Amino acid sequence: MAKQLFNQPSPLETMVLSKRFALEGSETLDVYLKNDGFKAFLKAKEMTPEAIIDEVKASALRGRGGAGFPTGLKWSFVPRTSPKPRVIVVNADESEPGTCKDRLLIEYDPHQMIEGILIAGLAVDAHVGYVYIRGEYRYLIEKMDRAIAEAYSKGYLGNNVAGTGWKFDLYTHSGAGAYECGEETALLDSLEGKRGIPRMKPPFPAVAGAWGLPTLLNNVETFSAIPPIIRDGGAAFAALGTPKNGGTRLVCISGHVNKPGVYELPLGFPMMKAIDEVAGGIPGGRKLKAVVPGGSSCPILTASECDIPMDYDTLAKIGSMLGSGGMVVLDETTDMVRFALRIMRFYQHESCGWCIPCREGTTWLRKILQRFYEGHGRREDISLLGELSKNMLGRTFCALGDAAAMPTISIVEKFTEDFERYLARETVAV
Amino acid sequence: MAELVKLNINGREIQAEKGALLIEVARQNGIEVPAFCYHEDYTLQAACRMCLVEIEKTPKLQVGCTTPVAEGMVVHTESDVVKKARKGTLEFLLTNHPLDCPVCDKGGECELQDMVFRYGAGESRFVERKHHVDEKQWSPVVFFDAPRCILCYRCVRACNEGMGVGALGIGNRGVISEIVPNQGDHLECDECGACIDICPVGALTSGSYRYQTRPWEMDHVGTICTHCADGCKTTLGVRVDKIVRGNNRDRSGINNEFLCVKGRYAFDFVEHPERLQSPMLKTAKGHEPISWSKAISLIANKFGETVLAGGKFGVVGSNHTTNEENFFLAKFAREGLGTKNIDHHRTGDLATFFDALSGKPDSLASSGDLYNVKAVLVVGSDLAQQHPFLSFQIRANFRHHNAHVYAVTSGPVREDNQAIASVRVQKGGELAGVESQRDKLKAEVNLVIVFGDAIQGDALRKLVAFGDSLGIPVKYVCLVDYSNSRGAFDMGVLPRDGGLSREQVLAAADLDVLWVVGANPLKNAALASKKAFVVVQDLFLSETAQQADIVLPAASAYEKSGTVTNVCGEVQKLKAAAKVMGTKTDLEIFGLLAKEMGLNLGIWLPDKVFEEIRKTVHGYNVPLPIVATGGAAPTMPLNGRVAALPGSIASANDTLFTSGSLSKYSNVLNAVMESPGKLYGGEGK
Repeated sequence: MAKQLFNQPSPLETMVLSKRFALEGSETLDVYLKNDGFKAFLKAKEMTPEAIIDEVKASALRGRGGAGFPTGLKWSFVPRTSPKPRVIVVNADESEPGTCKDRLLIEYDPHQMIEGILIAGLAVDAHVGYVYIRGEYRYLIEKMDRAIAEAYSKGYLGNNVAGTGWKFDLYTHSGAGAYECGEETALLDSLEGKRGIPRMKPPFPAVAGAWGLPTLLNNVETFSAIPPIIRDGGAAFAALGTPKNGGTRLVCISGHVNKPGVYELPLGFPMMKAIDEVAGGIPGGRKLKAVVPGGSSCPILTASECDIPMDYDTLAKIGSMLGSGGMVVLDETTDMVRFALRIMRFYQHESCGWCIPCREGTTWLRKILQRFYEGHGRREDISLLGELSKNMLGRTFCALGDAAAMPTISIVEKFTEDFERYLARETVAV
Repeated sequence: MAELVKLNINGREIQAEKGALLIEVARQNGIEVPAFCYHEDYTLQAACRMCLVEIEKTPKLQVGCTTPVAEGMVVHTESDVVKKARKGTLEFLLTNHPLDCPVCDKGGECELQDMVFRYGAGESRFVERKHHVDEKQWSPVVFFDAPRCILCYRCVRACNEGMGVGALGIGNRGVISEIVPNQGDHLECDECGACIDICPVGALTSGSYRYQTRPWEMDHVGTICTHCADGCKTTLGVRVDKIVRGNNRDRSGINNEFLCVKGRYAFDFVEHPERLQSPMLKTAKGHEPISWSKAISLIANKFGETVLAGGKFGVVGSNHTTNEENFFLAKFAREGLGTKNIDHHRTGDLATFFDALSGKPDSLASSGDLYNVKAVLVVGSDLAQQHPFLSFQIRANFRHHNAHVYAVTSGPVREDNQAIASVRVQKGGELAGVESQRDKLKAEVNLVIVFGDAIQGDALRKLVAFGDSLGIPVKYVCLVDYSNSRGAFDMGVLPRDGGLSREQVLAAADLDVLWVVGANPLKNAALASKKAFVVVQDLFLSETAQQADIVLPAASAYEKSGTVTNVCGEVQKLKAAAKVMGTKTDLEIFGLLAKEMGLNLGIWLPDKVFEEIRKTVHGYNVPLPIVATGGAAPTMPLNGRVAALPGSIASANDTLFTSGSLSKYSNVLNAVMESPGKLYGGEGK
């Protein structure tokens, strides 16, 4: 019997990180070792830290958590000669609505990530790492623990990694169900056992992160991309994508498509092709209405804006983001008031409460949208939604406020007619 | 000198220290940057987003409270975009804040109210249902009304960082985030009420003050707390001669905003129903009220007769009365009654202390020194219990200057949390414990040694010798118990030149007159003389007063003027706040008695007596303007050798929730769970 996968791969994919997903036993170290496993680590062990970081820089890899910060640059910020020990933290708090890729990387190929962590350890001279896994991914924590135990038992973690005499310890740590803890400094507070609220920056985690130690913090997918980069060279990885947008990324396509799933596509892949061909198009031949390009925090795109290549810079140019790769496709039957409400309910629930604009703003917006949705909207509420969102935008402690404000502003501005229809006491057929 | 940078705020060229916080620089230059969560004493939060300012060449508005100033920075604090942001934040804040200002204790002195007045958002666009939870009582003195809370986390920090207690935290998240007490539904803490005073809104209210008055209906009288010896300024809110509140929000005094449970709440003994309000004469039927004139006349006659007959007097002075009263009493005893038998309950060995330090004028530490010195050594005292302000100063020094703290004590103390060395010793083993830290202490830049009554006599001399041997500047604080223990000593309420000590007076079978002023020596001791005529001046019918032939109702420290000297030798002024009918100040009683006896001891007005003190008491020639304006003037009583005194020295070992005989009459001190014998059994900790 063939392996039950999350979704059937598409022939249009460029499988680099996900190339082992379909293999039977892909989560085991044996299968990993038989399929290029730990070649990159052994290669990196012979390289200087500077050379490793240069290779990562050459790959044009950008952080896959959502912010898209150049990874090589981030690594170079960690003071590897600091008298304090360095710490590596993996952000596996995958919580952005629409995003479900990190779970596959851990579930199907945890050793690839472990190898990436070890290479990062070589690059910044760290000897300990923590995989912070969101609380809702309880089952993944077990899988990760199993992978770590296997790596220890076969000598790929511990005091003598892969027989090189080099030492590295890796632990998992469970989140407790807070979206906010996906923000890197809130994650660090949570990892330290504190209430998960973001920290003031500077200092950035690279200088003073977990327990005040220099900390290298990256997303699961970012670490998973490291072994192929080191193995085949940064340039080869970069060449898969477009300039400054190196490599491939796992795009999670959900919503109104025939074949929802996680697909590994090169950066710069055309968005419409992803919807129509990779994900099998919209069911029933209905028309596209809107696309959330990279997780619910991104400003939404109208159908007419979607004929673009998916890379960081193009999305930024049209006022949105590639974010975490969570692409939500909405067809013409979608009620954008309801959609806005659903998003705001999430942010209102997840606001940590630390700062006033986010705490009070998300709640207020949710209440207006709820009232609107229940048929008690007022004309002035439409502009109020936009104004309140703008009062949050850029004024909150962390990006959660922006994440709630940006989609709301874009939905209200781009789909005003959906709101007006409510004023006329008509609802859109769902 | 730190490096200076030039920046421009609102078109004004300003020079500031590099790295200083923008909000501080603006405020120092008279430019208002509003903020709720920012508090200069505590950690930065950047949570309230009120202090957003516009900085040119920065895309987003920046929070002034965490932005360090830099060369060439161009800042706008009153631009349209900044004003709009402030208004937006206030509008957000008011969405769930109940608009119950007319019944809120804070109305009239509320920072949120002030800001809405100044920055707008008075009219809300919020038409939804507000989030509501019911008010909670956390302790007899602390109430919490969550909907009013704006989550600035000042209370959390004041409790954790300031008090070192950490009884408050944050529960839940998002809009239902709430400050929670350490026991879930109630507080077990110092009950200091710092959280209440630091609250910018009416979320935390005081159990004793709530619903008593509006703030503008009170007079605010800054006086000195009458309990422990630390000399905190407490600003009493007085409404129609009744004290309804104690706090120090105006940050006058040495203690800044700090007050403990006693300074903030334990003024309530003033109004206690058992307060004496008439002189009383002991008769066969018990104590009967008599008039002041009759009482004064009876006492004067008895005193006069005893003087003429060459009889034996014993005078016991007070740890709570003013310097003027102590000075006048000592003078009365020596010159008026011709006796040297005058003493008070001595709680620290000041005589040996001054003797050991004679010729070292810079060796007395001020309360400010505890905040500024590089290292502090605490010997044989649980400061958090007995000297909460000194403990607070040490924590603040640790927090702000990373001071090195050493604790040599018989049990765990709060200073352990800051200490680089905590040494546990048996009582009597303190000096050995101190000696064990010699090498580390030698490496310090300077040091303040704070020690309790375990260090007296020889041990004290050895401690000073130890300090001398370190080769670094060392200052000392000799701990004493009460608000004017130090003053009583300095004013000479002492059995000098062969007088009888307190114990000797009580034990003298031939004593003719025992005159007790504001003390309770018969609480734990018997009076040997059966014939002694006992006169007691007190607030209450204490154990001693019960044995008195005549009891005179005295005014408390909160009802009189004068000066007191704190544990660090700082002189501060008392201001009369309340009035209690029928009482007289001790000074007035002395004056009336002197007049009745035909003695000329000088005018008995506090200011006149203080003039005399400044002229005659060594080290008390303090600058009048400092004292008169409510400041703390350091005294320098080191005047050469001091002769040894008879009698014992022992601290009463009060806890944070007791205050000698006075705490018996404070409802608040008895009501809180932490009072001795309640929550923690008899341990009093």
